[in-house]
Amino acid sequence: MASQIERTGVPTKEQIESTLPGDERRAKGPYAVIECWQEIPCDPCVASCPFGYIAPMKNINDLPKLDQESCTGCGNCIALCPGLAIFIIDETFGGEDEAMIRIPHEFAPLPEKEDIVRALDREGNYVADAEVVRVQKGKSGCTVLHLLIPKKFILDIRAVEPLPMR
Amino acid sequence: MRIENHPILEFKHGKKVGFTFEGEELSGYEGEPIAAALHDHGVQVLRYSIRHNRPRGFFCAIGHCSSCLMEVDGIPNVRVCTEPLAAGMVVRRQRGKGELR
Amino acid sequence: MIATPEVLIVGGGPAGLAAARETVGAGCDTVVLDDALEPGGQLVKQTHKFFGSEMEYAGVRGIKIPEILLREVSDSPKLKILLRTTASGYYEDGVVTAIFQDKKVLKFKPKKLIIATGAQEKTILFPNNDMPGVYGAGAVQTLMNVYGVAPGTRGLMIGAGNIGLIVSYQLRQAGIAVAAVVEALDRIGGYWVHASKIARLKIPILTRHTIIEALGEENVTGAIIAQIDDNWLPIPGTEREIECDFICLAVGLSPLSDLFRLAECEMVFVPEFGGDVPLRDTNMETSTKGIYVAGDVGGIEEASSAIIEGALAGISTAFSLGKNIPDYERRNRELRDELVSLRSGPVGEHIRSGIAKCRISAKTEVG
Repeated sequence: MASQIERTGVPTKEQIESTLPGDERRAKGPYAVIECWQEIPCDPCVASCPFGYIAPMKNINDLPKLDQESCTGCGNCIALCPGLAIFIIDETFGGEDEAMIRIPHEFAPLPEKEDIVRALDREGNYVADAEVVRVQKGKSGCTVLHLLIPKKFILDIRAVEPLPMR
Repeated sequence: MRIENHPILEFKHGKKVGFTFEGEELSGYEGEPIAAALHDHGVQVLRYSIRHNRPRGFFCAIGHCSSCLMEVDGIPNVRVCTEPLAAGMVVRRQRGKGELR
Repeated sequence: MIATPEVLIVGGGPAGLAAARETVGAGCDTVVLDDALEPGGQLVKQTHKFFGSEMEYAGVRGIKIPEILLREVSDSPKLKILLRTTASGYYEDGVVTAIFQDKKVLKFKPKKLIIATGAQEKTILFPNNDMPGVYGAGAVQTLMNVYGVAPGTRGLMIGAGNIGLIVSYQLRQAGIAVAAVVEALDRIGGYWVHASKIARLKIPILTRHTIIEALGEENVTGAIIAQIDDNWLPIPGTEREIECDFICLAVGLSPLSDLFRLAECEMVFVPEFGGDVPLRDTNMETSTKGIYVAGDVGGIEEASSAIIEGALAGISTAFSLGKNIPDYERRNRELRDELVSLRSGPVGEHIRSGIAKCRISAKTEVG
């Protein structure tokens, strides 16, 4: 029997929870989570980390190993992951019940700073409204959206509903 | 229908030119495949098959499958998925094996 | 008149261009034939960022790669690329014929021939599969990503391999809806990260489903799909209608290996590779001396490995022509090691199995 991710592309709760660092690290500032579950021949993330915190792979098919304790949350990796599988979470951003998530977004038109967008989960279901804090356009055409979201949804929100084309 | 406002791509089109399809005046971009210009105008039926007279359209886009053979400027069996559009072309649906005019 | 380049490369996709980069770089007079309007093969429509490693431009969008491959050699007088030119024959005296822009027959008698013709899309059987609006997934990519024309307003994708998943995502990027991705296997065949991208767009992936028929008179107005059982037969009562105005088939590719057969290269049917492919040694030379293979025509794989195979065929060809290639042995080994590395993971298992079936012992083994 094929596993959930093999059938749907959606990871299980256990898989998702395993991407989080310890509480102490989470309280310190932004960190990356890598949702890469399959050994495929791919390694741009290793070179994307300016600090070398994603360990060089022995085999290009290895899963990435991020040193989350040291990760600065710079987010350079987000737009360079061909699988769009890396996100930055900052639980210290905003108010008590708020957090920031940075997600890759490859749709036009782009939302603008301060827009309210519909934040979606991994199955495309609406989770909450999110405020766009920053729109970081990359050379590659992959934009990184910085979103202010309710803290309770840091494990749920992973996408923004594309805006209708004109 | 043309795609506008693509997140990754900027389409570089040739100049706009006129051509006729089944006698109707249409326009497209010079150098794009005839099939692309026809699709822009919603034309999907490109020919009728030899034995059963069934409608056929665009399939492989690389000149291999023979699904898109049309009559262009009187020449039958032109693969319109790879044949570039030029101003004033006369394009017709092909029936059967086509005829040289 | 018969042209006599040192190297003739049939196919200007990732494998052919990587081969040309090497042969031209080593000083070989090289002619590349390609039947398309521009060089790059299927790279010209790959808007996603590539996987693989730096050697294959990982992280770079496929559409940028032809330009990068050609950058070093595009100004060289040693390189000639003939577009809209279809190789049409191979004769026993080593002459390759080609039809140039549907107007003229060209003849070539190269010292070495590299065949990198790629693959074509397969189809599957269902009523109305010949109807306008039933497209190969690659054709849809060409139409929307190269020419900026929408194939329709709402599509149904058949096949959840990498092509089916990637094209579904690209359709959505072009503002076109995807009703569902239908997959006969019990699992997604492509990379899970691609599946995750379309799951976030709420595009359902229906495993253990198949298309029963396309609906419509002159063009597609819908489709009937159904669940299938463990014997791959539709389960009665599970049929349902899907609203769509086009259907994309992403059900696999088969190698365009006719030229090898004409050249009487030893062939073998390899299911893992999608059809008949030529036997080859570790330098990509076939059983016919002087004829090399590179890319999907030797077995359906990824563009990243096609680039490496092309480079390997290119330097091996140049070396066999007596060109001075600094560090030839080291580079040859690096390229071969890179292929081994790309294919070494669990997703490379079928490739390793395929390679084992078409390997001939090297005639010019290095290292």
